[in-house]
Amino acid sequence: MTIHPAERRSVNATELLAVAQDCLNSQMRFLMAWHDWEEGVCVVRYMLSRGQNPLFLWLEVRGSTTLPSLTALVPLLGWYEREMQDLGGLTFTGHPEPYPLVIHEGFSVSPPPLGAMVGHGQLRGAYSAPTMPEVQGDQVQDLYWGPVRADVVETGEFHFSYIGEAILHYHPRLFFKHRGMEARFAGQSAERAVYLAERVSGVGSVCHALAYCQAVESAWGIEVPIRAQLLRVIIAELERLYNHFHYFGLLAKTTTLKVGAANGFLLEERVKQLAGQLTGSRFLRSLLAVGGLRRDLAAEHLASTLEPIIDEGEAYLNRLQETATHLDRLMGTGILTKTAALDEGATGPVARASGLDRDLRRDHPYAAYAKLRFNVPVREKGDAMARSEVRAESLREAIALLVQASGRLKAGPVRADYRIPSGQQLGLGWAETPRGALMYVVRIRDGQLARVKIKSPSFSNWRVFPLTVHGTNMMDYAINEASFGLTIAGCDR
Amino acid sequence: MPLWTWTGLKAGKAATRWPTRGVDGQQGVVGMPRLDLKVCRSGCDACANSCPTGAIQMREREPVIDYGRCIVCQSCVEECPEGAMQSSYDWAFGVRSRTDLIWSTALESVDAKELGRRVARSQRRSLHIRHVDAGSCNACESEISALDNPFYNLHRLGIFFTPSPRFADLLMVTGPVTATMHAPLLATWEAMPEPRMVMASGTCAVSGAPMDAGYAGASGLESILPVDVWLPGCPPNPAALIHALLLLLERMPQYVAGGQYGAG
Repeated sequence: MTIHPAERRSVNATELLAVAQDCLNSQMRFLMAWHDWEEGVCVVRYMLSRGQNPLFLWLEVRGSTTLPSLTALVPLLGWYEREMQDLGGLTFTGHPEPYPLVIHEGFSVSPPPLGAMVGHGQLRGAYSAPTMPEVQGDQVQDLYWGPVRADVVETGEFHFSYIGEAILHYHPRLFFKHRGMEARFAGQSAERAVYLAERVSGVGSVCHALAYCQAVESAWGIEVPIRAQLLRVIIAELERLYNHFHYFGLLAKTTTLKVGAANGFLLEERVKQLAGQLTGSRFLRSLLAVGGLRRDLAAEHLASTLEPIIDEGEAYLNRLQETATHLDRLMGTGILTKTAALDEGATGPVARASGLDRDLRRDHPYAAYAKLRFNVPVREKGDAMARSEVRAESLREAIALLVQASGRLKAGPVRADYRIPSGQQLGLGWAETPRGALMYVVRIRDGQLARVKIKSPSFSNWRVFPLTVHGTNMMDYAINEASFGLTIAGCDR
Repeated sequence: MPLWTWTGLKAGKAATRWPTRGVDGQQGVVGMPRLDLKVCRSGCDACANSCPTGAIQMREREPVIDYGRCIVCQSCVEECPEGAMQSSYDWAFGVRSRTDLIWSTALESVDAKELGRRVARSQRRSLHIRHVDAGSCNACESEISALDNPFYNLHRLGIFFTPSPRFADLLMVTGPVTATMHAPLLATWEAMPEPRMVMASGTCAVSGAPMDAGYAGASGLESILPVDVWLPGCPPNPAALIHALLLLLERMPQYVAGGQYGAG
């Protein structure tokens, strides 16, 4: 089995800690960890990026179901290890927070759904309070907020320990929406499963399908035609556009700027309507396919169609930038330091607002991004203001990319001819979503998916988010949460 | 805040007046595929094989479609060698009876008007909704929250979202109802005053498809709550949501009967 975009290195469980330390010393960064069962043998893989080297590094530990936890050394691996414990039945010794994550306290599924044995167990149980640090004190109050909360929002349960306005401790309990997406892929035809990737996180339909298709294409060695590559950029940037307008609408809503909120949501609606006219789907679904696109799109005149949205969007961003009452609530709110962003695994605009200059479109180009010019905005302050500035710049870059890509379209095929190889292949695909780095790893056997691992940007950023809530105040909470722009479905999968 | 007041006034109204008149905003948006049995070559099962959610079953060599399982992926349209499956703009698929989503040539379905509780006259022009996400992919939430944007401006129809189930007339559910959301969903339902209604919004909530198998799968609202309106779609667009809400309030007709659009 070969895999093109990654170099693989075998490691013994006993030397794992030392190897991990070496990697950190040579400025590598851990991205994710997952497990697989290959011919009944447990394989745990750690993926790292290596600065300028476009090739990712995979560390592989074979044959052990008990491994030393790396969380104390690499905090961002904490959730990945807990997920492997919950779903794969693995053990990580010395984990600083060894509590359940994906499968809630009070719930169980046996055998482990991504374990050695193929079972048909169902997730069952009854509500039980999550494991929380004990917070004691004279005036301390506990607030359990959710899972059904005000407004039309995604499901999650948020626990606050607070005194008056001051938040002492905050704990988000997610995974109420866990649908077992990774297991759902297993056994499906790799060609057909694009529809599942589109439904991991609805507002990330394009990026999920794109990263998935690219993973299969890397496994099968498929070259996607240039027209399809450019069209992939176009639909991915349209997705970014409506997501970012929604972000600003929601942010303005939390700072009680009513017209600003309405304005943002209206621009989002107009991009979605444009998407509907262009592709038949407001979420740009049912377009991507392994090898390219399912059908051609007439996107040559997109730049002129977008013109009114570009002008109004620019005026809208400028107005927000001139509104002191709005900016006042963002400045100094929810500060994430560069060290915390790096250690805990922040990604996307959240990471870039804390000084981490990373963007998969530039650092590990895919689709047609290598042929297009764009800037990657970075800010240093790490507050809600910096996060919104990064999003605003990224929105402008998305527009520039749409104009460039549509201008470069030339007639040609939109789907590669390929034959499905027999035997076993591993593939890796990624995309820079509006929320950050998304990764798909696929293992295919005779055209059928054996294992799919999804690393979603919200899984990374939800782990980081509480760090910016501890020690702040209740008034800022909603603004801070909106400034992160998280989804829950993507995290829960 | 004179800047924003001025901006808002200058922009004027963005709201559509649909369904009274004006546009629904869904130009080009593809809906459920239509089946033309006259062109269908019996014996071929390409559509059923292409369907990822099992919405199409072959019965006596003819396809039978359950639109309650359709995720609008258009695979059957691409795979049908005869062109009997055609893309359509039929997205207003809200129905009062689950059986109306299932294809039936005999059109044996009971008249939609006879089904379900009649909504009280006092509720027809004022409806408060409590939304519960029971495990969706968030596309449904994206479209439901779009109802409050200036284009659809749901308030103009006298329909509002409420934070508390105590003030809610309608429970709008998305997602297949995951194991962990089962109890919170029922608790929300219990907290609502009577008369209370339920809407299954999106294909997941209608049938669970495509999230129904597997260890964390579930099959929607059918065996959980008494549903008043079923609205498949992946996701249902805002105009489809408005149609389903107005259908519930008996302010718009049902368009689908026996799985056929335009027969209601």
